[in-house]
Amino acid sequence: MKNENTLLSVEGLSVSTGRFPLVHDVNFAMARGERIGLIGESGSGKSVTSTALMSLLPDGLQATGTVKLAGHEANFVDASDAVMRKIRGRDMAMVFQEPLTALNPLMRAGAQVAEIMLQHQMVPSRRAAKAKAIEMLASVKLPDPAEAAMAYPHQLSGGQRQRVMLAMALANDPSLLLCDEPTTALDVTVQRQVLDLVLESVVQRGTGLLFITHDLAVVANMCTRVLVMNNGKVVEQGATEEIFTRPQHPYTRGLLAASDLEATDHDGRLFTVASAAAYVPWTVAETEAHAAAAEETPVEPAAPQQDAEIQPVIKITDLSRTYKRGRTSLFGKPTEVHALQKANFTVLPGERLGVVGESGSGKSTLLRILAGLDQPTSGSAVVAGNEVAGAPESQLVQLRQELQIVFQDPMGSLNPRMKVLDIVTEPLLVPGRTENAAKRRKMAEEMLEAVGLGAETLERYPHQFSGGQRQRISIARALICRPRVLVADEPVSALDVSVRAQVLNLLADLVDAYQLTLVFVSHDLAVVRYLCDKVVVMQSGIIVEAGDTESVYTNPQHPYTAKLVASSMNLHAEVLAKAGTA
Amino acid sequence: MTTSSITELRAKRSRRRNTNMLIGSVLVSLVVLAAVLSFIWTPYNPYEQFFAEKHQGSSLSHLMGTDRLGRDVFSNILYGARITLLVGLVAVGIALLVGTPLGILAGMKRGATEEVTMRFADILLAFPALLMAIMFAAVYGPGTVSAMVAIGIGSIPGFARIARSGTLQVMSTEYVQAARASSQPALRVAWRHVMPNIVGMVVVQSSVTFALAVLAEAALSFLGLGTQPPTASWGRMLQESQQYISINPMLVVWPGLAIAVAVMGFNLLGDGLRDRFDPKLNGERS
Amino acid sequence: MVMRILTNIARFVASIIAASILVFVVLRLVPGDPAQIALGVDASPALLEAKRAEFGTDRPVLVQYFDWASGLPFGDFGTSYLSRQDISPMVLDKVQVSLILVLLAMILALVIAIPFGTFAAVRHNKVSGAVVSAVSQLGIAIPGFLAGLLLVIFFALKLGWFPSNGWTAPGVDFGEFLSRVALPVVALASVQAAILTRYVRSAVLEVMSEDYLRTARAKGLSPMKALFKHGLRNAAIPVITVTSVQLAALIIGAVVIERVFVIPGLGSMLLDAVGNRDMLTVQSVVMVLVGITLAINLIVDLLYTVVDPRIRKSA
Repeated sequence: MKNENTLLSVEGLSVSTGRFPLVHDVNFAMARGERIGLIGESGSGKSVTSTALMSLLPDGLQATGTVKLAGHEANFVDASDAVMRKIRGRDMAMVFQEPLTALNPLMRAGAQVAEIMLQHQMVPSRRAAKAKAIEMLASVKLPDPAEAAMAYPHQLSGGQRQRVMLAMALANDPSLLLCDEPTTALDVTVQRQVLDLVLESVVQRGTGLLFITHDLAVVANMCTRVLVMNNGKVVEQGATEEIFTRPQHPYTRGLLAASDLEATDHDGRLFTVASAAAYVPWTVAETEAHAAAAEETPVEPAAPQQDAEIQPVIKITDLSRTYKRGRTSLFGKPTEVHALQKANFTVLPGERLGVVGESGSGKSTLLRILAGLDQPTSGSAVVAGNEVAGAPESQLVQLRQELQIVFQDPMGSLNPRMKVLDIVTEPLLVPGRTENAAKRRKMAEEMLEAVGLGAETLERYPHQFSGGQRQRISIARALICRPRVLVADEPVSALDVSVRAQVLNLLADLVDAYQLTLVFVSHDLAVVRYLCDKVVVMQSGIIVEAGDTESVYTNPQHPYTAKLVASSMNLHAEVLAKAGTA
Repeated sequence: MTTSSITELRAKRSRRRNTNMLIGSVLVSLVVLAAVLSFIWTPYNPYEQFFAEKHQGSSLSHLMGTDRLGRDVFSNILYGARITLLVGLVAVGIALLVGTPLGILAGMKRGATEEVTMRFADILLAFPALLMAIMFAAVYGPGTVSAMVAIGIGSIPGFARIARSGTLQVMSTEYVQAARASSQPALRVAWRHVMPNIVGMVVVQSSVTFALAVLAEAALSFLGLGTQPPTASWGRMLQESQQYISINPMLVVWPGLAIAVAVMGFNLLGDGLRDRFDPKLNGERS
Repeated sequence: MVMRILTNIARFVASIIAASILVFVVLRLVPGDPAQIALGVDASPALLEAKRAEFGTDRPVLVQYFDWASGLPFGDFGTSYLSRQDISPMVLDKVQVSLILVLLAMILALVIAIPFGTFAAVRHNKVSGAVVSAVSQLGIAIPGFLAGLLLVIFFALKLGWFPSNGWTAPGVDFGEFLSRVALPVVALASVQAAILTRYVRSAVLEVMSEDYLRTARAKGLSPMKALFKHGLRNAAIPVITVTSVQLAALIIGAVVIERVFVIPGLGSMLLDAVGNRDMLTVQSVVMVLVGITLAINLIVDLLYTVVDPRIRKSA
């Protein structure tokens, strides 16, 4: 395993809290300039592993084993902090997940970049450090590096902050760069740019890269080799192309199956970890064939269903919402934010509409107006025959019997102090409904059954459930009063890949079973493509494109949509690209 | 971090919080016990004067000695616990019953209601309980009742602020959004969602405010504006002992100790409760 | 930024006005009639009438309020009903004494709290950190006036190092001033130091778990250097908030301490006036105390602007 070209060697690395093992017996070696991806779902131990490599484990966690970096005798597992201090930031550097909290809010960006150079005496003077910092900021393609250097983190956007982090990490030209989910907190288009930049930088400098993520497509794009972690163990490792086309371990296969939104089982549902045995990953050749086929098949425009008889369930006309941002001072002018501008669309009964956009696109505002949680500034929104605009709270009761919401955060959407029974039956406790307690309980049982949870869950509290189960409870609550429209706000973006497939399948099943009209809000084009037959794309409060999902996806008309499609990573395409370059 | 390591860290913290809770509960129980005992038995009538036995040190017959009038200090300390608890209870009761609903209202109604309530609370903040009590003493004359009421009023903003910030947090959660999206009336939202989730914070605030009320009453009685003679009160005992400080310094130590025990007890209890109710530890936001 | 300062000043003025209304309402709800108090119970109606006219209490309440409030910005508090003297010069005289006490105590409290609180946070898993926490817990439980009495017993009576009470202005004899001011300031500062130590500790602990501190460590900074360079300024923000909230408590604490050490400050003036039911004086002194609190809060608000760039830019 040891040879001249080895940059990082990890042997028998284990981390535990004393009683509980978190990471068990991790072994791998990284060659100079190699790019390795560490894949795992939440709780797999991937982040603990990366902090152990930096020897920055929090108090109370102990590591054993050997971690060595070329050019240093020390074993990082038991080296003193004084020794590690000379290595951290100099020979190995790290980019963290959340750039807003990872940067000191009270320090200018340039100074934070300069600091790492001054710390290791890589520059002769403060002034030189400052100049070099601006150079580094230019190298990560910040448009105006001198100005960016003078900015505080809160004055930069998420993508810019992550560029600053990268500039900082690369300032001393380390031989190893660790990235822990560096783009998870970013929007799709920004994510793509930052990933491209990381890749370009490490390739150019010959830096070894250890890239930690839950996203298989990202790894396929970035890395030449992959380590798959599950429950603290590396279950499989190998070349990217190999792992993604011929996985050996059942867990890897399950992960691949669940991530593949283009493959469906014989029921037309996504594969889950449970049904993954039937999943056969595409070979490179097959992937190529599919890609070629997709290019050739002209997308036939959806046959216009000019059925004048069918009344739309949702009709949005010139809908606008303008917020006055709270005045920061008595004398300042309140600024106006156009969250939604002149939106128009209709949804027919039984349709599944995807609303796609990045943060700040206005998709959440749209959803809140549909649910009567917010009022439009102008325009009209008719949902199931109820006008939302200007409706008093009493009139919205009817609307809300017809439209219900499922929220994003499976932790925050259930009151921790209420039993599942009370949570699920809450929508029944409104004026006009007459069910008694026994009837409500019965309905709750049926509903939980429908979302795949047993009646015994009724008496439990939310904290006793996993994220996926909680999302099922949320869905049960939304459907108990049998609405015609279900609005889902990013319902799977907080879930692990394997759970995501299950919840998406459940949604698809329920939409069929209850003949629901679905409005599905998401930043993830691939998810929308799987679940929805129509899509509207939003940017900065404006609907830039609307139409049939497949045609929008394969033949986007608006440049923003095109950018969005190009930015979202597709596992197959990435594997193909990898095979092409390999 | 992973779930198991968090479980372990939590276990570690809960051990520490138990020591806070434990010591706090023991000290508070001591004060309560003293007050209860005073109704059943005291070694002497606390108000009976034995001039011949004035300024005695600690002995078997007088555990904490006697004061300038020959009164038994221990009996007075036991009696004093009554006033301490009474003032604390009434003051906390007033602040809790007025401040909490105001805070919830401000947090749920927002807009002008919130602005007015919180500005009022801000201004009241410049009038600490003790200053409020001095003003009341000036108007209504010194006494336990005006002290309790004034300390209570002075403590309202604390409760209002805590309740408001807790309510704002709860109102921004998705479960309240979900409740609103099914047209739940505001009162039910307050009862089912807001109250159960802020009750912990309010309990902690009560404990801490209790300690502050004990301090304020002691200071007020020390100034002669609180509990009036002959009723036994720890603060007043300090006031009376000030003149004899060079003859009999233990007259300062005993009531001082009693005050410290009560204040520390309620503060520690509050700390222990805060750790238990800490939302960061409760909600599994790993 | 200028907008922010102006907003803060406007808010300060509004608070002062609201506070003056509150003070006036609470203290003018007096069941007693100042004229009656001045003349005694068996004064004749005619005499009472004359006295009321002299005091101006026969006028409508609103007129009385505006008469009193309009003098406030100019430091004009009116004439005491009791001594028939101008209140203002007395207040000005005593306010210096009280301010010296309060400011010295605040400085001393911070000087103690910042290093000890930081120490307790850094050592929170060690015995030494727990000891600091325990001592601060004890400090909070001993009110200032009690600490004052204990200090007198020990340092004045037992050891004889300091006088047990009295006051000398710093301009008169600075050495004497120092020896007389030492015990009251320590007594006043002890509780505040204990409270602030706890806040500094939790602020530093909070900062220690922040991501940017981990970033600093990943850059190769030692734990201490990371904390000092990146942590303390961030920790300062919540500590500044608490300091300003504690200020009101400190000012009222000074009132009590003045009684312990027989210091002729605002506190003694207030308590004497309360004892004599000299309402206009009570009203004025309370207003001055509240005004000082609000004014220092204003200064602290402006301080944020210096410390936190996020606030600086938002206006």
